Amino acid sequence: MIAPGIPRAAPGPPGPAAMAFTFAAFCYMLALLLTAALIFFAIWHIIAFDELKTDYKNPIDQCNTLNPLVLPEYLIHAFFCVMFLCAAEWLTLGLNMPLLAYHIWRYMSRPVMSGPGLYDPTTIMNADILAYCQKEGWCKLAFYLLSFFYYLYG
Amino acid sequence: NFEIATSLKFIGRSFGQVLHTFFLIVGNLCFPVVLWSSEFLLCVGLRTIRYLLKRCLQCFLGERCSLITSSTIVRCRSCRTYINPFVSFIDQRRWKCNLCYRVNDVPEEFMYNPLTRSYGEPHKRPEVQNSTVEFIASSDYMLRPPQPAVYLFVLDVSHNAVEAGYLTIVCQSLLENLDKLPGDSRTRIGFITFDSTVQFYNLQEGLSQPQMLIVSDIDDIFLPTPDSLLVNLHESKELIKDLLNALPNMFTNTRETHSALGPALQAAFKLMSPTGGRISVFQTQLPSLGAGLLHSREDPNQRSSTKVVQHLGPATDFYKKLALDCSGQQTAVDLFLLSSQYSDLASLACMSKYSAGCIYYYPSFHRSHNPAQAEKLQKDLKRYLTRKIGFEAVMRIRCTKGLSIHTFHGNFFVRSTDLLSLANVNPDAGFAVQMSIEESLTDTSLVCFQTALLYTSSKGERRIRVHTLCLPVVSSLADVYAGADVQAVVCLLANMAVDRSVSSSLSDARDALVNAVVDSLAAYMSTASNLQQSMLIAPNSLKLFPLYILALLKQKAFRTGTSTRLDDRVYAMCQMKSQPLVHLMKMIHPNLYRIDKLIDESTIHVNDRVVPQPPLQKLSAEKLTREGAFLMDCGSIFYIWIGKNCSNNFIKDVLGYPNYASVPQKMTQLPEVDALSSERTRSFISWLRDSRPLSPVLQVIKDENPAKTDFFQHLIEDRTEAAFSYYEFLLNIQQQICK
Repeated sequence: MIAPGIPRAAPGPPGPAAMAFTFAAFCYMLALLLTAALIFFAIWHIIAFDELKTDYKNPIDQCNTLNPLVLPEYLIHAFFCVMFLCAAEWLTLGLNMPLLAYHIWRYMSRPVMSGPGLYDPTTIMNADILAYCQKEGWCKLAFYLLSFFYYLYG
Repeated sequence: NFEIATSLKFIGRSFGQVLHTFFLIVGNLCFPVVLWSSEFLLCVGLRTIRYLLKRCLQCFLGERCSLITSSTIVRCRSCRTYINPFVSFIDQRRWKCNLCYRVNDVPEEFMYNPLTRSYGEPHKRPEVQNSTVEFIASSDYMLRPPQPAVYLFVLDVSHNAVEAGYLTIVCQSLLENLDKLPGDSRTRIGFITFDSTVQFYNLQEGLSQPQMLIVSDIDDIFLPTPDSLLVNLHESKELIKDLLNALPNMFTNTRETHSALGPALQAAFKLMSPTGGRISVFQTQLPSLGAGLLHSREDPNQRSSTKVVQHLGPATDFYKKLALDCSGQQTAVDLFLLSSQYSDLASLACMSKYSAGCIYYYPSFHRSHNPAQAEKLQKDLKRYLTRKIGFEAVMRIRCTKGLSIHTFHGNFFVRSTDLLSLANVNPDAGFAVQMSIEESLTDTSLVCFQTALLYTSSKGERRIRVHTLCLPVVSSLADVYAGADVQAVVCLLANMAVDRSVSSSLSDARDALVNAVVDSLAAYMSTASNLQQSMLIAPNSLKLFPLYILALLKQKAFRTGTSTRLDDRVYAMCQMKSQPLVHLMKMIHPNLYRIDKLIDESTIHVNDRVVPQPPLQKLSAEKLTREGAFLMDCGSIFYIWIGKNCSNNFIKDVLGYPNYASVPQKMTQLPEVDALSSERTRSFISWLRDSRPLSPVLQVIKDENPAKTDFFQHLIEDRTEAAFSYYEFLLNIQQQICK
């Protein structure tokens, strides 16, 4: 007869450390996907400004296309910043903080307009502003690409 | 009345010594300035030097211009520049473009010169002999058949407006000038009035009297009838005259205090969309109902604040969007603001700024209490209704390879990097352009600029007016300084300061203006002379530069510390951006003359009238004397200031009153007295008046009149509680340079 052994606790759910690991991994995967979307947005911006510069498109139409994309981009970025906060990934969060602050500043100092957006068709053709927006597009593209690879291997 | 007021002579070529040198090119002036801390002249890259070019184009509509009626318009194949006097012909069959340096063929038809009936001399053709030409455009240049002249008047008829009494003046003026409205047999006209509802007028030919149609659903405005709201002027002339006679009396007992400007504009836009044309809006208060309603943003206690001046930009983008829509349909919106209280001109002005309209402002307008403004409205309306006009215009500015255009200033919409969309063009507008040098100009000796304006004249002809300007390139800084045009520098800086005030802050703009003087003079002192920096020296061309900048700092647009109404300030800023150079300079630095001794002055003969030429006085109270009378020419207004002890002869002869005490407080006309001094004074004043399109009003001010502050605020060389005197300003500059 098998003597009753010492009762042993059944294997419970994995410990908290393991749990956080999975969640963080999940965060990174989601961030990877979302960064791909952000890269797409950055490329769209660059192409749009180039079209404006080469007189391929009317500024009014172009602004009407670009303005609705601004808030979704900022919100997506803010969303995975929040996720990293929940996952307690401080290093990644720290890397994304400057961009978040920059987004907030940019949106606060936008020209007066009733709909969402940053670009005003009357001032966008000013060479200063156009050059600034293009530079911004390239910088963001570079940042998103770097963070894409960082999430991939992180 | 047409001129290209650019006279950019030199572009400095060698920027060797100082890295990041700026060359301010304004008018005839081009002078280098070392890189500054002020942001608005920020250097972009290491080898980029920015040239600021001021180009005040009094846009087209001048008589002295050759009209080319040939069927071929010769243009460069790559950059599409029109042929101009500065191209070079290579072996009689080919020509080299002066903007992109490409070699093009001369077409066969061009070899024949119709004027001299000779063959083989393309360089004698009028297009190549004149730098200003006008072509008749073929159908390739038209997107649609040329539009007729269409005029729509949108009139405020709320209680406030009826109180102010402008409607009588407008209707009378229209009645007088109905036949002189530019246009041909297809000219159309319409009227919309609004208070808390919008009223349309059916003027269909055949009706016995005009029919008013009221639309009260202002949240979703619609046109009550599809046509007959904009009618042919000649066919319905009787009906239109009946309407204009009846309009002032129709609303005398109105109790409506609201003003639904937004819906009225939306309706006007719907009405004008098919054709395009001109909308003239008359507004007397803050729009308080419907879309585009505005709130009072001005805090009267902040009027003389030395710190931040707020609310210089628009509160809502409703008017800007409307202006852009209108611009897309070739409609311009002109605004006449006749209000006595704050009406948020900063937001309302957007409707004209981006649709190529113009803005007129009559503060404290009232027909009986303020006859000076009433008279001004009448005169301005006469000019406004009868001046030449062009429709559905686009303007493109091209420049030699190596330069590029950077910023435009003026009332238009920038549709692409060098294309300006102007729904209406008129001769009273001015524009300014900033350029930058992209490549080194070391191997070129000339640069050229070409402006081409494609427009539909009021008679329905599609025309292209082309101006070409050619400037040499020099390599020494002294030459650059010598070619300075200080007036154009000042006007360009005013434009840039307005932009800076709206985008960042007024104090930034003021600092930038002072830095402009400091840095330019410092650069001159360090490069052009090796004297020790104990004195302030300036090149001969720039000797008035500090004075004009001081005048600008004390101007209504930029002054702080003195009580300035927000609407007045915003209007002054709009004027800076849209006025041509000559008028702007008068606004900034008025001319002061002593007029009680005109009989002794030297005279000139103009059209068999003897016009005295008194010398200009400095704008300082030290030049005023109790025994004299002075005239100040501020562009749109003349002030005649009478000293307490002015000679009774003068008062009797010129003003028509026996002594000083009997001169009334509000005198706006000089009587015709049969005396030599009266005749001389009147001929001098009318000579001054004739030299400008907009007729100025006259105001006689006695020394104890409370209105004398208007006169004294223009004496810019004097010290006030809030600002430096001229001498102190110069000392300030010297200290900053020598720091």
